[in-house]
Amino acid sequence: MTTASQTTETVNAGRRTTAPTGLALYWYRFQQSLSTPKPYLTVLGIGLWLFTYWLLCEGLRVDRFDKIPGPVAVAKDWFSPTPFQGVSIFTENYYNHIYVSCRRILIAFALATGIGVPLGLFMGWSQRVREYAFPILETLRPIPILAWVPLAILMFPGFEAPVIFLATLASLFVTTLNTMLGVQSIDESYFRAAGCLGSSNWDIFKNVVVPGALPFVFTGLQISIGVAWFSLVAAEMVSGDHGLGYLIVDSYMNNVTVPMVIGMITLGFVGWITSVLVRIVGNWLMQWHVKALALQGR
Amino acid sequence: MNQMTTNQKLHAAATSPQGTGTGRPLGGALSIRNVSKIYDPEGVNVCAVNDCSMEIVAGEVCMIVGPSGCGKTTLLNAIAGFHSITHGEILLDNQLLCGPGKPKASQGADRMVVFQNGALFPWRTLAENVAYGPIVQKKMTKAEAHEKAYHMLAEAGLGDFGDKYPGEVSSGMSRRAEIVRALINEPKVLLLDEPYRAMDALTKSIMHESLLETYDRTKVTIFFITHDLEEAIFLGDKVHIVTTRPCSLKKTVDVTIPRPRTYESLSSEAFRTLMEEVNEAVHEEAVKAFQAGERELA
Amino acid sequence: MANVAHTATSAPVVRRRSSFEKLMSNTSLWRGMLAIAVFLLLWEIGSRFDEWFGKEWTLPFIGLIPAPTAVFAAWLEILPKAGYWMSWLQSFKRVLSGFLVAMLIGIPFGLALAVNKYFRDLFFPPFEILRPIPPLAWVPASLIFWPTNEMSIAFVTFLGAFFTIVINVLGGARTIDVRYLRAAQSMGASQWDLFSKIILPGTLPSIFTGAAVGMGITWEVVLAAEMISGGGTQGGGGLGFFIWNSYMGGSLEQVVVGMISIGIAGYLSSSAIRWLGDRFMPWKRLF
Repeated sequence: MTTASQTTETVNAGRRTTAPTGLALYWYRFQQSLSTPKPYLTVLGIGLWLFTYWLLCEGLRVDRFDKIPGPVAVAKDWFSPTPFQGVSIFTENYYNHIYVSCRRILIAFALATGIGVPLGLFMGWSQRVREYAFPILETLRPIPILAWVPLAILMFPGFEAPVIFLATLASLFVTTLNTMLGVQSIDESYFRAAGCLGSSNWDIFKNVVVPGALPFVFTGLQISIGVAWFSLVAAEMVSGDHGLGYLIVDSYMNNVTVPMVIGMITLGFVGWITSVLVRIVGNWLMQWHVKALALQGR
Repeated sequence: MNQMTTNQKLHAAATSPQGTGTGRPLGGALSIRNVSKIYDPEGVNVCAVNDCSMEIVAGEVCMIVGPSGCGKTTLLNAIAGFHSITHGEILLDNQLLCGPGKPKASQGADRMVVFQNGALFPWRTLAENVAYGPIVQKKMTKAEAHEKAYHMLAEAGLGDFGDKYPGEVSSGMSRRAEIVRALINEPKVLLLDEPYRAMDALTKSIMHESLLETYDRTKVTIFFITHDLEEAIFLGDKVHIVTTRPCSLKKTVDVTIPRPRTYESLSSEAFRTLMEEVNEAVHEEAVKAFQAGERELA
Repeated sequence: MANVAHTATSAPVVRRRSSFEKLMSNTSLWRGMLAIAVFLLLWEIGSRFDEWFGKEWTLPFIGLIPAPTAVFAAWLEILPKAGYWMSWLQSFKRVLSGFLVAMLIGIPFGLALAVNKYFRDLFFPPFEILRPIPPLAWVPASLIFWPTNEMSIAFVTFLGAFFTIVINVLGGARTIDVRYLRAAQSMGASQWDLFSKIILPGTLPSIFTGAAVGMGITWEVVLAAEMISGGGTQGGGGLGFFIWNSYMGGSLEQVVVGMISIGIAGYLSSSAIRWLGDRFMPWKRLF
């Protein structure tokens, strides 16, 4: 009996007139999660991993691991105003590398999206366009992006254009194919309903094809930005000038290992941020989708 | 008793001057003459409809009953203009929809379809969905269409849900909104393809009341596919029983129970006699369909 | 079909078509071939424009790359040479070794993440921190760490496939319908039965999806690693090196031959995975 009444009490105490929204919702979820082992295990897991890393590279200086800079050495240089090996959050060139890479990604991603999404929409919508365009795409797609490097250098002048071309090409395939799949995944009955209601072809394109494909398009864009980073790094390493990929390979060439690791971590972080940005934009554009998923408990 | 009062109230609402009824019937007589449909996927002929004829008087509620996968939907698709027919002709108010020389009917707002799994656009709110038809047909301005959409939703008891996305409301509500979306276009024929298939009996009974009330108000011709015999007799003026694949007319039963019907009619002697009559005819076909074990046609 | 015979009297009978007729009337096939033919033709014209009309008529971009016929000639010339096929062999060996190790470690790791909540809470965060780092960014570090070039290429290849496979296995195992597990439990399945009879087969489709994607990444990584590390110095070779070497030697036709070869190799590998997937998952063939 006591437990029952207690439960009722807690339920009533916790009952609100309005559900928490925005930041309050995150705070509420955070508080709830503190009563589970999850956050502690997360911290423990990351700590354990860092400790192993430190132990192998700096603590015990195991053979071969001692060539890789450990977490302490990296952190010391990264946050020092006078970095021993040249790169830290206080040096200008660090931000310059980040800026150059981000600008390239932005241009490449914008180009790939601007070409890939309309192309994919038309390929999904019109069987004829698909029958002509799809085989060409499928023939070119298995060729790894890096294999294009020599041709890219040859076709485009300077350092900047080939790198952007490679990153664009990589994400173009992903974006186009996902968009096409997105249109094909739209239930036939939406097209029929729109037809019944007296839509013109343009109405159907605007009101069924585009919104219906959006969930797939944004899944595609998230993969596409990852692929763009992948190719950008590769291209910068082979033929670049500035940029994070260049920083990594340049440090390797000059036998300074700390900036190399800083470059890797920064790359991971910046890449993660961009994919989060894509997700946020997607959720903002697809209120209907997010709300439906939330009601299904996802 | 409670049900009866609800129904009386609904009936009162139907005769009130606010109703959108325009003194119908405006037409909607549907003649299906010797229609056959043969699918040819992968070079194997599948006969879905065979020599099927039926006459539907304007303003009649016509129920089509048959085992699942028998080709009823094919017939509906032919009327709506989603599929072509191989043989025969279909006329609406003595105008040829499809027939020799014109295998596929054009899609138009005179025949509105309500789909099996629902086809409210999930990316539009209920009101936006309802307003869609008049806007794309350029019959109303956006503001007018929205005003009328809210008005009609309110009539259907959905006044507070106009701004919700279909993913946020129950299946019963979204199905009701779909019927409203169809009716705002003032169609001659309403084609319903097992609209209440996935609903529980209690929700179904509410949907039936709502549909009957709508029918009393608009007197639109209703072509209703179902495999629920009780539903067929309760709603229909005529019940057409069709055979298993290939689908053709087996028997027509006139429902003599007077309107307005309430849930008390379900327990009447007349209802039970009709039920037995229909059941006998359908059961035979159901056994045949089950033994054939064919996968349902799309 | 008995139905067809039955309808013959009333409905017009559509004649059955032979498979040859169907192939000939397959418009999508013809359109695809037409599109590729036009593509090749435009490429040929574009790159030979300056040969026909003089140097000042060199078209931008396309005028700078070799024509398809020139590429084909170069290919024919190189086909009988052992060195070319050695490159194939080298690259395949690298791809396969990195890929297999990634599968061997990635699948159990992914399954462990999926079935044990504590394991997941503990090991998933560091995994997620490392995952966004593009595999190629590991190349220099791996060159420093591993004693031979070969081992560092293998390691980066492994990384490339590993993250993809783990994510797919984890996702697949976690989306298994809980009703299957409950049904099995109600029939008296042990924990091991649940794992081997439900979770493992239920995850198979995702494992194969992950493998197909991972295979694509593996080829990208092997090629890049071969190009960056100059695998040739230690007798490495491989198709990536073949491309780089041809580029350095100024033979653009061979560069394109290399590109096409690696495209074919990648396509063959993913077809092999699809074929294996069909064999292991007969129930998937229906859809």
